[in-house]
Amino acid sequence: MTFSTSRRSLIKAALVLPAVGLVGCGGRESASSTVRAEPLFFSAQELAFVDAATRRLIPDEEDGLGAGGAHVAAFIDRQLAGPYGRAERWYMQGPWADGIPQQGYQLKLTPAELYRTAIHDVNAWCQKQQAKPFVSMAGDDQDNVLHGLESGDIELARVPAKAYFQMLWENTVQGFLADPMYGGNFGFAGWKLVGFPGPRYNYVNDIEQYGKPYTMPTVGILGRDRTLTRGA
Amino acid sequence: MDTLHRQIFSHLAVLAVAWLAGNATAAPAVSPDQLARGQYLVRAGDCASCHTAQHGKPFAGGRGIVTPFGVIFSTNLTPDKESGIGRWTEKQFYGALHDGVDDEGHHLYPAMPYPWYTKLSRADVDAIHAYLGTVAPVRQEARPVQLPWPLSWRGSMVGWNMLYFDAGTYQTDTSRSAQWNRGAYLVEGLGHCSACHSPKNVLGAVKKHESLEGGSANEHWFAPGLGGNLRDGVGSWSNAEIVEYLKTGANLKSASVGPMTEVVMNSTQYLTMADLDAIATYLKQRPAAPTKSPPEMAALGADALARGQALYIDNCTACHMDDGRGVAGVFPPLAGSSAIQADEAGTDVHVVLSGSRMAAPASKPTGLAMPAFGWKFDNAQMVDVINYIRHAWGNRAPTIDVDLVKAVRKDVKPGDSPSRDAVKVRADAHARPALWDVDEDPHLRPHAPAAPASAEGH
Amino acid sequence: MATKLKPVDIVLVGFGWTASILAEELTRTGLQVLAIERGKYRDTVPDFATTHIQDELRYAVRNGLFQEPARDTLTFRNSMDQTALPMRHLGSFLPAVGVGGAGVHWNGQTWRFLPQDFVIRSHTEQRYGKSFIPPDMTIQDWGVTYAELEPHYDKFDYLCGISGAAGNIQGQIQPGGNPFEGPRQRGYPLPPLKRSYATVLFDKAASEIGFHPFPCPAANTSAAYTNPLGVRMGPCTYCGYCEWFGCGNYSKASPQVTILPVLRQRDNFSWRTHCDVTRINLDSSGKRATGVTYVDEQGRQFEQPADLVICCAFAQHNVLLLLLSKIGKPYDPITNTGVVGRNYAYQITSSVDVFFDKGTILNPFMGAGALGQAIDEFNGDNFDHAPYGFIGGGYIALWTTGGRPILQHHLPQDAPKWGAGWKKAMADNYLSSTSIATHGSVMSYRDAYLDLDPTYRDIYGDPLLRLTFDFHPNEHKMSGFLTDKATLIAEAMKPRSLHPKPRDGHYSIVPYQTTHNTGGCAMGDDPNTSVVNKYLQCWDVPNVFVMGSSVFPQNAGYNPTGTIGALTYWAADAIKNKYLKAPGPLVQV
Repeated sequence: MTFSTSRRSLIKAALVLPAVGLVGCGGRESASSTVRAEPLFFSAQELAFVDAATRRLIPDEEDGLGAGGAHVAAFIDRQLAGPYGRAERWYMQGPWADGIPQQGYQLKLTPAELYRTAIHDVNAWCQKQQAKPFVSMAGDDQDNVLHGLESGDIELARVPAKAYFQMLWENTVQGFLADPMYGGNFGFAGWKLVGFPGPRYNYVNDIEQYGKPYTMPTVGILGRDRTLTRGA
Repeated sequence: MDTLHRQIFSHLAVLAVAWLAGNATAAPAVSPDQLARGQYLVRAGDCASCHTAQHGKPFAGGRGIVTPFGVIFSTNLTPDKESGIGRWTEKQFYGALHDGVDDEGHHLYPAMPYPWYTKLSRADVDAIHAYLGTVAPVRQEARPVQLPWPLSWRGSMVGWNMLYFDAGTYQTDTSRSAQWNRGAYLVEGLGHCSACHSPKNVLGAVKKHESLEGGSANEHWFAPGLGGNLRDGVGSWSNAEIVEYLKTGANLKSASVGPMTEVVMNSTQYLTMADLDAIATYLKQRPAAPTKSPPEMAALGADALARGQALYIDNCTACHMDDGRGVAGVFPPLAGSSAIQADEAGTDVHVVLSGSRMAAPASKPTGLAMPAFGWKFDNAQMVDVINYIRHAWGNRAPTIDVDLVKAVRKDVKPGDSPSRDAVKVRADAHARPALWDVDEDPHLRPHAPAAPASAEGH
Repeated sequence: MATKLKPVDIVLVGFGWTASILAEELTRTGLQVLAIERGKYRDTVPDFATTHIQDELRYAVRNGLFQEPARDTLTFRNSMDQTALPMRHLGSFLPAVGVGGAGVHWNGQTWRFLPQDFVIRSHTEQRYGKSFIPPDMTIQDWGVTYAELEPHYDKFDYLCGISGAAGNIQGQIQPGGNPFEGPRQRGYPLPPLKRSYATVLFDKAASEIGFHPFPCPAANTSAAYTNPLGVRMGPCTYCGYCEWFGCGNYSKASPQVTILPVLRQRDNFSWRTHCDVTRINLDSSGKRATGVTYVDEQGRQFEQPADLVICCAFAQHNVLLLLLSKIGKPYDPITNTGVVGRNYAYQITSSVDVFFDKGTILNPFMGAGALGQAIDEFNGDNFDHAPYGFIGGGYIALWTTGGRPILQHHLPQDAPKWGAGWKKAMADNYLSSTSIATHGSVMSYRDAYLDLDPTYRDIYGDPLLRLTFDFHPNEHKMSGFLTDKATLIAEAMKPRSLHPKPRDGHYSIVPYQTTHNTGGCAMGDDPNTSVVNKYLQCWDVPNVFVMGSSVFPQNAGYNPTGTIGALTYWAADAIKNKYLKAPGPLVQV
């Protein structure tokens, strides 16, 4: 698993943080250097699990436009290290009860905690079945595990499998289709797959061109540079 | 006799009576008319802009005027007897405006526009003095100037004055109309337009033969030419468009930014239509400056043009539209804009880097704003997009390079950066400088917009 | 211990659409008006700037502009025999926080309710007989009529610069407009928006069937506009980021874009942000409000005295504040007495996804929040309900609000849920699919209500509001009927495939449906069944008024903002011209 970074992205991050004192360093740097970076939230094993699972959920295939090429695992890692992972906006006061499905999420766990617990439990389940962790299983077997989580047929020791699968899938789609500055959708992989040109602000001259393809290049919030992420 | 002259006349009459009464030390009797007249002149002279610090008390001074030589702090014009001008006599006050010398005989720096105010009539100066005597007194001592020697020695201004300063009240040009003369009085005197809108020499004096052909307004702002040039002057503006701009901060050709927004808000919006018409008349009868020939669009090179165009289309068309024409009455056009095509691009760089807010007088209250791009564009992108807007759609102007962007970036505040930029630095940030929490953090508050952003409005 | 502040004349709780309108109207009287807002100050720049606002993850997915349940949420259950549990994160609806309120993040779909909607009980009884209304359905007339509100609808339309095609000007049916709408005094301030390809296909299909499609009224400007306050808006550029986002180029009407520029210049208006109003204070008689208590960001408590208190918060929040402040008698569904919390309602939505061959490029990402084409044949009582046995209706529309890829993609029914098949389906359908929406009314019922939760508490230790709500057979029947009609149109669009998605089963707080929550503080002409009179004045405490959709006695088949705006202008008029001249109850019973 690699995390892309570049001097320019560092500069971008610095530019928005005047306190850091790098304001003004500029010049156009090529965004080519790719370094390995440690994950922010996951352990190496957890990251490997999420990378393997998301690669099954949206396979790269020959076009490379899948969760692997889009750096979805890196995206999820960053999300879980932030306010989302900590459920900062959520109401997390007890008492706790299971409730009915219409009442929505009622787990005591934050998304980060749910991932950590579920990954451990899924690996334990795999170990019991095949004497190896999820990442070492064959692709088809991994799919079966994911289907089992999705349907709830696999029972995890501490958390509801369906709830975890639901979260994993939603985060995977987000990492595939969110703006690349969050670390996923690398190289606009997801947007290129579907034909979304990115956040453009003016279609006044285009909207009545009925049936015609829109041909402007893909753009992200940080521009057309397809490798640009904020931070890494 | 028009109303204005009648007011001046009556004002003089009152003063004369006061003088004849021999009551030289007590404040002369001041009529409401005179005070209104004084307030009008204070506004026309835009005293408040410089003599009020940000969030400071009106006219209490303390604002740092950033000049190429250093920072000069404006003084306290309130009638406080110790720190203000409460003890100044009319004569002393006139001396400051007419001769650039304060009550103790010290020379003022020409950041105070006495080279323009010298043209004011004594009656007008006395009215200004009378009005300032009525504002709320504030105790606020003057801050020392931050200038290098020998400029920090006020005596050095004697030499400056010898070289560049001609004291003298405005003399009516009898070959011109009264309206033209009124315009000249306002533009060249009270309004001190050429203080910003003219090129200056190395000692900061206006180059007299190039007056109003565009110049620095400090802090990298460039005040465009006000001559008859079509490209970078007001040659393409009608009289009515000049009036509308000064009255409201915007017209179909342009919208105010930076210091000019302050001028509109603090000064020109309050001028009478007659005075604004006079200013327009005076400006429109100025000749065009000698034509310079800025490079053709092609000189930029196809690559630079393509890069600039791409940035423009991706970032600017939400408001300024594909054709650079903006939206009439809402978003100012870039195509054909004299501000965009000014010889020096400081204003272009300033606005793109840190954003800008239009004037919002009661007559055009919207106050539309352009966001800052400084957090988003690197310096090379700044160069590309600004060179593009200075050359697309028939625009022509000298190209800029990265040094200008660096210089402006060094000095300007980040401006209205979006709240996402309140990025929390992780505790281990120095070990791993690339790691920021980029998702929104509800505990972090965004940069507050300039005004009114406080938790308490009004 | 609360610090007592200097009194003001009028306190507005909240600073969204209704507070902004009231502040603008009421500061004209010269009175001191103060708005107290729980969220932050927000303006187009920097908060919704074009440089960063088009961020689906941050705003649509992570709810960047909305209420944080950690600070404020409610509990929910379908029925009284269940235990309500907290809504731990947002889902079904998305209340706003911050200056501008939901007026910042709405789509701009700006409708008027039908004349019959305001007299639904008497109209239904008269046309279909008393027994047509189910016994547990608690619908009632509003106490105000469409004719009374029309000038105020007009005022809101012109404030916002609505783009649209009038269907009925002073009784004259206009070609190309909605022939079913109530008469309006004049046309819309702006012509309709440009049409997207999908809306053109919908229009053609609906016309072929014999329906009367028309462009939906939009608070997205079809051209530059200067409103009656002198505030200028730019033209919409169809960027497709309206709902759940702020508008970056001044083309979606919001308080920021239409009112605040003039309000900021009024010396007798002020506001405080990051302040939670926790109580409306009453004097010892309990019949007169003395002001409000609020807590600021630092946790300091303040008492703000005022002569007049107006609740301008989101619907449920107004109800919570009344309950916590003990204003009005709380509703008890067992005894069917009391009024505060009674008649909560919602809306029932469904859709029909439409898939064309890959060659039919719809470019769904070009759109605007209220860019749609609709038919109104089946709204309100625009058709004979006798054969169908339900009350209410809704519009059927094809909206092209945008093509944000995470939340706005459509997949055929048979597409795999993930894996290579999902990926292929995404690639094949994103550009060539669309969806027809139905937007149905929800009636009020004896067992759909709001009260205080016995268990869960907010950050101040106050009880959370408890929502008890489920869809009733009347709504399922009506929504199914609308879904069938939408399917007819979808078929006439001659797609490769379509996928009707009716709203079945229990109401769930999980999937987003609509933020059109109503009721709990119903208006009416009988204090036994309403909290506020026809001027939105509390029966029990006449110097408290309540704005917003909490006063709807039941919900109609349209987006509510147009009606909320009209009611606010109506109330402002009554306050200015009646209440302030003779403070006291405006309606005697």
